[in-house]
Amino acid sequence: MPMQTVKMVITGPFSAGKTEFIRSISEIDVVTTDESISKDSAEFGTKEATTVAMDFGRITVDDDLVLYLFGTPGQRRFDFMWEILAEGMLGFVVMVDSAKPETFREAKSILETFRAYAPTPYVVAANKQDHPEAWTPEDLRIALRIEDNVKLLPCIATQKESVKNVLLELLYSILEEMDT
Amino acid sequence: MAFKGNLADFSTTQILNLINLARKTGTLHLFAPIVTNETIMDGQGKKRPKVIPGKERASVCFKEGQLILASVGDQDGNLANVLHKAGKLNTEQARVIRERGSKYSDKALALMLINANYVSKVDIVQSIRQHTLNIVFDVMGWKEEPFLFEENVLPAAERITVPIDLKNVIIEGSRRLQEVKPLEDELPNLDFALKFPDTPGDKFRGIHLGVEEWRVVSFINPKNSIRQIAKACNMTDTEIRKVVYGLLQAGLVELVKSPGMQPPKPPKPSSAGAFQSTAAKRSMVERLITKIKDV
Repeated sequence: MPMQTVKMVITGPFSAGKTEFIRSISEIDVVTTDESISKDSAEFGTKEATTVAMDFGRITVDDDLVLYLFGTPGQRRFDFMWEILAEGMLGFVVMVDSAKPETFREAKSILETFRAYAPTPYVVAANKQDHPEAWTPEDLRIALRIEDNVKLLPCIATQKESVKNVLLELLYSILEEMDT
Repeated sequence: MAFKGNLADFSTTQILNLINLARKTGTLHLFAPIVTNETIMDGQGKKRPKVIPGKERASVCFKEGQLILASVGDQDGNLANVLHKAGKLNTEQARVIRERGSKYSDKALALMLINANYVSKVDIVQSIRQHTLNIVFDVMGWKEEPFLFEENVLPAAERITVPIDLKNVIIEGSRRLQEVKPLEDELPNLDFALKFPDTPGDKFRGIHLGVEEWRVVSFINPKNSIRQIAKACNMTDTEIRKVVYGLLQAGLVELVKSPGMQPPKPPKPSSAGAFQSTAAKRSMVERLITKIKDV
């Protein structure tokens, strides 16, 4: 029996925590295409590296099934990658940095873009909930105008259990969609 | 819980909408922006100067989602001044009351003025209401002020507060916003249609729509795109955007795809394994769930 591979996409604005999310759950060291930020770059001083193409993590279910997690680059100049990454995805997670309202507009825009690529289930992860200035998930739902039927989940991407919860909720949403 | 940000990222209208929908109680503080030499990144990874809060410019108080009081730095919220500005007291009356009444709270002063037949209770309520609204409408035009919402912080008990429905404030404030660009950002695609919310609740109770809003509302139907409604109402793109923006912000309507819009492209099957059937897909998802639980 050929091995079946399925993928989920982890997307969101610049510095939302996508790479950390994948790193927390992947069984392999995340294959990352991060580049160091040059001194001349606008991003210099904010992150040590940024994702220019994609991050890539893996969870092997058994001999027949493997789940791949793809993290999209957050910066718009790499958005040509988004549609490629979205192709054939089982579902997607939109990561939002709950403590950075300056990124909410971009998060909403990315969410709408991915919804247009494929009508697959998705969840929104309100990341960095351990940050003292994090907006609550309830306030984020209103701020991002997320419909009530879309799951908006508190998340701390550096904590494995939190990441597991987000992925499980996405999978439950996929099951629910099959029932409708 | 408190939340903070900058109006450049999250406008006053959006804050009011959040407070209204979440029925929040507390005080919104807006500060003069101080641009620093530090930089922050926006959601696209673009660099921009970090703006920190300076002196407080305005504060707006809310109780259970309703606007109750507002003050702005350069406008004295003294009751005598508010009544003078509203034309209920002349300049001399206001001066005398300011001098003699400074030791009294607003509520005590109001009682004295009513008993002395200077003003009626209705005059006071209407004047404070208008004073509050004028400040909020002004604040709705601000674009770069840092803000902080403090939950459960309310004005002192001796202040007179007047509850005002925020939905109408949002509609009227949006009506006054003349800038076209933000409207285009909020509503870039006029090919969407509009529908009324599935659970309108009491959103429509006590709403005061203008003539133009009513004309638009009369055409709302998931089959009519916003562009078609504009044509039927003989409105420009900007005019329809203003009206629809106000209705959206107040939660009175929702965007839906119109029949004329292209449906999203169906997903191409996974290169390594197209799903043969719903049962097979279900089985696969259930295996994933079991695995992730065990990770």
